[in-house]
Amino acid sequence: MAAVGSACLFVGLLCALYAVGASLYGARTGRRGFVDSSRRAVYALAALMVGAFVVLEAAYLRSDLSFEIVVGSSSTDTPTFYKLTGMWSTQEGSLMLWALVLSIFSAAVLRATRHSLRELVPYATAVLGAIALFFLALSTFVESPFATLAAPAAAGNGLNPLLRNPAMMIHPPMLYAGYVAFSIPFAFAVGALVTRRTGADWIRATRRFALIAWSFLGLGILLGALWSYSELGWGGYWAWDPVENASLMPWLTGTAFLHSVMVQEKRGMLRVWNVSLIVATFVLSLLGTFLVRSGVLSSIHAFGASTLGVPFLAFIGGVLLGSVVLVLTRLPDLRSEARLDSLASREAAFLLNNLVLVGLCFVVFWGTFFPLISEAVTGTESSVGPPWFNRYVTPLALALVALSGIGPLIAWRRATPANLRRAFLVPLAVAAATGVGLVALTPAEDSVPSLVMFALVAFVLAVVAQELWRGAGARRTMTGEPRPLALARLVGRNRRRYGGYIVHAGISLLLLGVAASSAFVDQSDARLAPGQTARVGDYDVTYREPTARFLDDRSGTGAPVTFGAVLDVRRREGGEAFTLRPSRNYYEAAATGPMGVFGRFFSGESTTEVDMRRGLGRDVWMAVQPDLRALIGPIKEANRRFSDVPGEAQALILAAIVERYRRAAPPATFRTLVSPMIAWIWLGGAVVLLGSLVALWPTPGARARRVTSLYAARLGRELSRA
Amino acid sequence: MEYVIAVLILVALVGLFVTGPLRRGEREVEAARADRCAELEAAKEVKLREIRDAELDFRMGKVSEADHRATDRELRAQAIEILEQLDAVEGRRPAEH
Repeated sequence: MAAVGSACLFVGLLCALYAVGASLYGARTGRRGFVDSSRRAVYALAALMVGAFVVLEAAYLRSDLSFEIVVGSSSTDTPTFYKLTGMWSTQEGSLMLWALVLSIFSAAVLRATRHSLRELVPYATAVLGAIALFFLALSTFVESPFATLAAPAAAGNGLNPLLRNPAMMIHPPMLYAGYVAFSIPFAFAVGALVTRRTGADWIRATRRFALIAWSFLGLGILLGALWSYSELGWGGYWAWDPVENASLMPWLTGTAFLHSVMVQEKRGMLRVWNVSLIVATFVLSLLGTFLVRSGVLSSIHAFGASTLGVPFLAFIGGVLLGSVVLVLTRLPDLRSEARLDSLASREAAFLLNNLVLVGLCFVVFWGTFFPLISEAVTGTESSVGPPWFNRYVTPLALALVALSGIGPLIAWRRATPANLRRAFLVPLAVAAATGVGLVALTPAEDSVPSLVMFALVAFVLAVVAQELWRGAGARRTMTGEPRPLALARLVGRNRRRYGGYIVHAGISLLLLGVAASSAFVDQSDARLAPGQTARVGDYDVTYREPTARFLDDRSGTGAPVTFGAVLDVRRREGGEAFTLRPSRNYYEAAATGPMGVFGRFFSGESTTEVDMRRGLGRDVWMAVQPDLRALIGPIKEANRRFSDVPGEAQALILAAIVERYRRAAPPATFRTLVSPMIAWIWLGGAVVLLGSLVALWPTPGARARRVTSLYAARLGRELSRA
Repeated sequence: MEYVIAVLILVALVGLFVTGPLRRGEREVEAARADRCAELEAAKEVKLREIRDAELDFRMGKVSEADHRATDRELRAQAIEILEQLDAVEGRRPAEH
């Protein structure tokens, strides 16, 4: 079956090559048959990539240990969910995932545009084919997922225990879907530049793909944050880690692109901005993939040890250089059709939005790459930590939230002072009242940036509510519908606008959670023996008893040994009481090392299994670090006396060692966090997703009209007044 | 050997599918007309949506009446131009520029 998978990759590579050649030939000679043939080549590529994917997943499912990739990231006792998702924990698998998702999205967009943009689409096809060619060449000739062993391995390595978390396994395909989908508007932008059709047609054709890309990338980022919070033992969700930043940068420029294109669609302005933004977004998407896969983040010197570093860098360099040359040579075709009528206009707000988002991206870029550049030049490692990022990101984030409220309130072209007063009065009053109330009733003023953020969030939510209320009222005036129906139809007929407003509300809620949980968190690291109590914020945490389990993994990750604790948590005011059971999973080391036959079960990878009490007001989060030093003696004794006993007897001895921890556990270290409103981050993310879905969903009327046009009947002349 | 056979089979199947348009030939003029029709239909929908959006903004008090009238006039003129082009493509009367 590996041969079939390899064949799919190779023939897919041929399809990509053909798609590039045939589309360009068809475009240059006007022979439509070649353009249609190139589109079919992309369809065939998608089918072949799905075939390769199925072959690989089947190998994982049946634990075919003749596949190198399966041996490296799975095993016979890996839970099924992690078998299916183990593919993209590997370099080979993630490259193939890129090519798979790209081929599917490319096929979808070419299918959708098969009757439009006749001059432009062939060039877009060529670009998409070229991108697929790059990834398929890497998959076929450098890092094949179908490489096999001369003889099947006796056992697989299993999935990295840190990745045995549902959020972490869904996170990569979401990120990749985001990165890949930005290829679509990029390819069409290149086509528009080549053919000098720099109007808004290419934007309309790819708008949904840009929004899909943005949504998936955002979801991937959020899942990564959720994994960090739920799985890692530090209690945070964002550390300004280079891998995190790598995904945030294209999301920021993608956000700018999604807003900026509206100005081009409405007014024919910001054309240079838009092509530049999508080029930047796509290049940053490639850079994000490169950063994670090239090894450069562990050290600049590790870069050379990776097989992917040089090809990726060359590809990124080529894409960037080619795009810049194309934009520069097409500047005359990118002149704006209109001028900015007023600073009090939506166009001006969007321009400012672009500047803020690009500024944010630059800060993140500088903080991420400066240490790498510094190490390359000076030879010494350096790092830029959260305090540096927070210093520069916070004011820009505040500006962004403010703009997300201001933009919807201002009309296109020009707003008069009377219009502005009417639009801003209520939201500003709500913001001011929120600020005053928080100062009077809460300790919010202890963190001025957080207080400002809370007021701005209130501003944005008030804006969204006002837009819905007044919009429904306006529709009611025009149609006579009752308000609830008017509201439903208002949103239904203007899904892009109101979906966007829902997204703004979601982002505000998300940042509300970030501000509250960052500025007002209570944290305690305490070493407790059973019976002892620690104080964290408003809570008393009492260590009731230790827990120990052998071959009784309740987290579904396949860990043979788990040590933990039961703690009683009580709020000093209000009487809230509950129990938390944090634990730590231990996985056996691959080989018997100095710790011996029994010791290897305690000396391999270990992962935190956090427990927490979630709530809209706050989360109480807890992790435990058991002290296993007391087990060293029993382990050594077991190694000395029982190393040669059969497996079943070894299991009994291991169980006895594990039980010893429960009976006489030494003090353990507990990290406890009380994080206010952290749940609003995830809730806000869900609202953003909802808004994206609303914005993406086609209106029923539009669908019917498109069907009608395809089976073109004569269209009645529409009368309009002059 | 299994790999070579798989490649040959896949190349044959894919080749058959991909070269379909080259073997079939097509009525290029008719296809171009249908595509242009679809493009103009899409442009018309966009323009109608812009007119409705502008109306909504005016009803919500975001723009003055004078500004709205000017915008509405401009958008309707653009919509009429698209309708005229649509009629021309469908062969009812020549487009006026």
